[in-house]
Amino acid sequence: MDPFVKHAGTALPLDRVNVDTDQIIPKQFLKRVERTGFGEFLFFDWRYLDSGQPNPEFELNRPGYAGASILIAGRNFGCGSSREHAPWALLDYGFRALIAPSFADIFFNNCFQNGILPVILHESEVAELLARAKAQPGYRLGVDLDRCVVEDEQGFSATFAVDPFRRHCLLHGLDDIGLTLQREEKIRAYEQVVSSR
Amino acid sequence: MFERIWEAHLVDEEPGQPALLYIDLHLVHEVTSAQAFDGLRLAGRPVRRPDLTLAVMDHNVPTWAGRLPITDTIALKQIQVLARNCEEFGITLYDLHSPRQGIVHVIGPDLGRTQPGLTIVCGDSHTSTHGAFGALAFGIGTSEVEHVLATQCLLQRRPRTMEIRVDGQLPYGVAAKDVILAIIGKIGTDGATGYVVEYTGEAIRSLSMEGRMTVCNMSIEAGARAGMVAPDAKTFAYLEGRPHAPQGRDFERAVAGWERLATDAGAAYDRLVELDASALAPQVTWGTNPGMVVPVTGRVPDPAAMPTEADRRAAERALEYMGLTPGTAIQDVRIDRVFIGSCTNGRLEDLRAAAAVMRGRQVHPSVRALVVPGSQEVKRRAEAEGLDTVFREAGAEWREAGCSMCLGMNPDILQPGERCASTSNRNFEGRQGKGGRTHLVSPSMAAAAATAGHFVDVRRITDD
Ligand code: SF4
Repeated sequence: MDPFVKHAGTALPLDRVNVDTDQIIPKQFLKRVERTGFGEFLFFDWRYLDSGQPNPEFELNRPGYAGASILIAGRNFGCGSSREHAPWALLDYGFRALIAPSFADIFFNNCFQNGILPVILHESEVAELLARAKAQPGYRLGVDLDRCVVEDEQGFSATFAVDPFRRHCLLHGLDDIGLTLQREEKIRAYEQVVSSR
Repeated sequence: MFERIWEAHLVDEEPGQPALLYIDLHLVHEVTSAQAFDGLRLAGRPVRRPDLTLAVMDHNVPTWAGRLPITDTIALKQIQVLARNCEEFGITLYDLHSPRQGIVHVIGPDLGRTQPGLTIVCGDSHTSTHGAFGALAFGIGTSEVEHVLATQCLLQRRPRTMEIRVDGQLPYGVAAKDVILAIIGKIGTDGATGYVVEYTGEAIRSLSMEGRMTVCNMSIEAGARAGMVAPDAKTFAYLEGRPHAPQGRDFERAVAGWERLATDAGAAYDRLVELDASALAPQVTWGTNPGMVVPVTGRVPDPAAMPTEADRRAAERALEYMGLTPGTAIQDVRIDRVFIGSCTNGRLEDLRAAAAVMRGRQVHPSVRALVVPGSQEVKRRAEAEGLDTVFREAGAEWREAGCSMCLGMNPDILQPGERCASTSNRNFEGRQGKGGRTHLVSPSMAAAAATAGHFVDVRRITDD
């Protein structure tokens, strides 16, 4: 996993609540057996018209937002299925940080497993960022995990809270499995106690 | 009950870090596992406990008679990859030819692998189903699947707990599905985010195991980490004699342990939600998430009446997608398709409820109805009772077991614009096929809609 220390990039305003993982990556694209290559199918049903042409109405297709790497969205982002294909698709497209007032549980965990930082900001801060990103296509944001700050070049600055363990793993690109395997003795001890019951 | 199970499975806990929790049963299916096995192979790691791991093919398998050939080459590849992985890593697999095959959340209980007090995970959000037995069961992502395969443990922050108490008696014609839809309608699709929910109260106790599974299954649709019901005599009776449940003297000993799990009166929860069962009516969703729901006697709501700006826009989008006008009576909404099945409502009792409505009636000529048992075991038992004949005589299709039209990853999908009364759990945009419009209902409501061609109040149908 790639470490995440800080990141600056174009912000995409996706001003919708309850964006579900079926929307992030529709199920017809879940049949690949790799982790990569999902980016072109990200938000597929919203992003493309029935003819296969890009839907000019969809935020990501509007001028100035192509290549965005920070996504700003409404509450409960990532609800629905446990499919890790959702963060894979976001990452493969190039998103490194997501900002919303709240995220669905499983999706939130899945992001950390893939080097994507989901940032929870207050409803009013998210509204402010959405307004700025909508008003200025190409609007740039910076997300700093070391200092736990989101800021732009126009004076916006907000701090966020993040689980210290997750922060540590992300800052150093640490893999959970490797860490857990170091606790092998404890796992074995647990198994012995249980099997002797 | 949650605390007891949690404490009993703590392998390690260090301040500031998530707990390391031991997993008793890991269920694996074809869609979310390939990349996890790949990860193991790359790192040269074995599966730590193949004996606590069980795999099944369910999500993208065809459900037509005979099943083969699988013409979708990518789906076929996923299925073959699972078979190869199971062989390589020594995991028991219930494949397409197994008489025990079925939806992962149906076969766990079918087999008696799902038991009170266990920790159960699966790379599927509806793993919460197994909580109906008083197990702590939740969905995980593929990286976590790999973590559990390699270590049999999972890193977890201790969730908060919520009690959802449903008191009173369920009126005639109101099912477990209506209870959970009403709960989600009340608290919203993120109302339980970060919580493990324990369902209590007279109405929950009076539900069968199937009904409890329906309720726990959809806990995730309210954002919950897991849903649970304390085990009782019904739980034990359901498990007794199942192939993987303890047998004989062992069973008695197990029951004694399970009985101790049940919630102590006055257990403390972080939050309480209460619902009066006797006031409930059958529910129908009108929008594109399960919280957008009204009683069958209601009308499509007006977005203008929504409490917040964001909700108003979400409702407008939903109505546009669903092709509905505010103020339309739900019972005036016509449907094209009916799907009875899924891990929410694909068990024997669900099929019985649907058959009771269809018996002696005909599926409306403009409707195509699909009935898909949740597992081959459910299918056999339904056929032994003659339910397949009831469905066929009514003009519905009777299929092999699988997820089928719940998620449209297999040949069973809606066409754009088609409207479906479905017993599944998600009405998201495009869930059952691009442009398809899903209304979530109970099995008897789905069967009633099939015969009428539009939504009807099942309490009136079954009365006469
Ligand atoms: S029936 Fe539907 S919700 Fe259940 S496991 Fe299958 S696809 Fe998932």
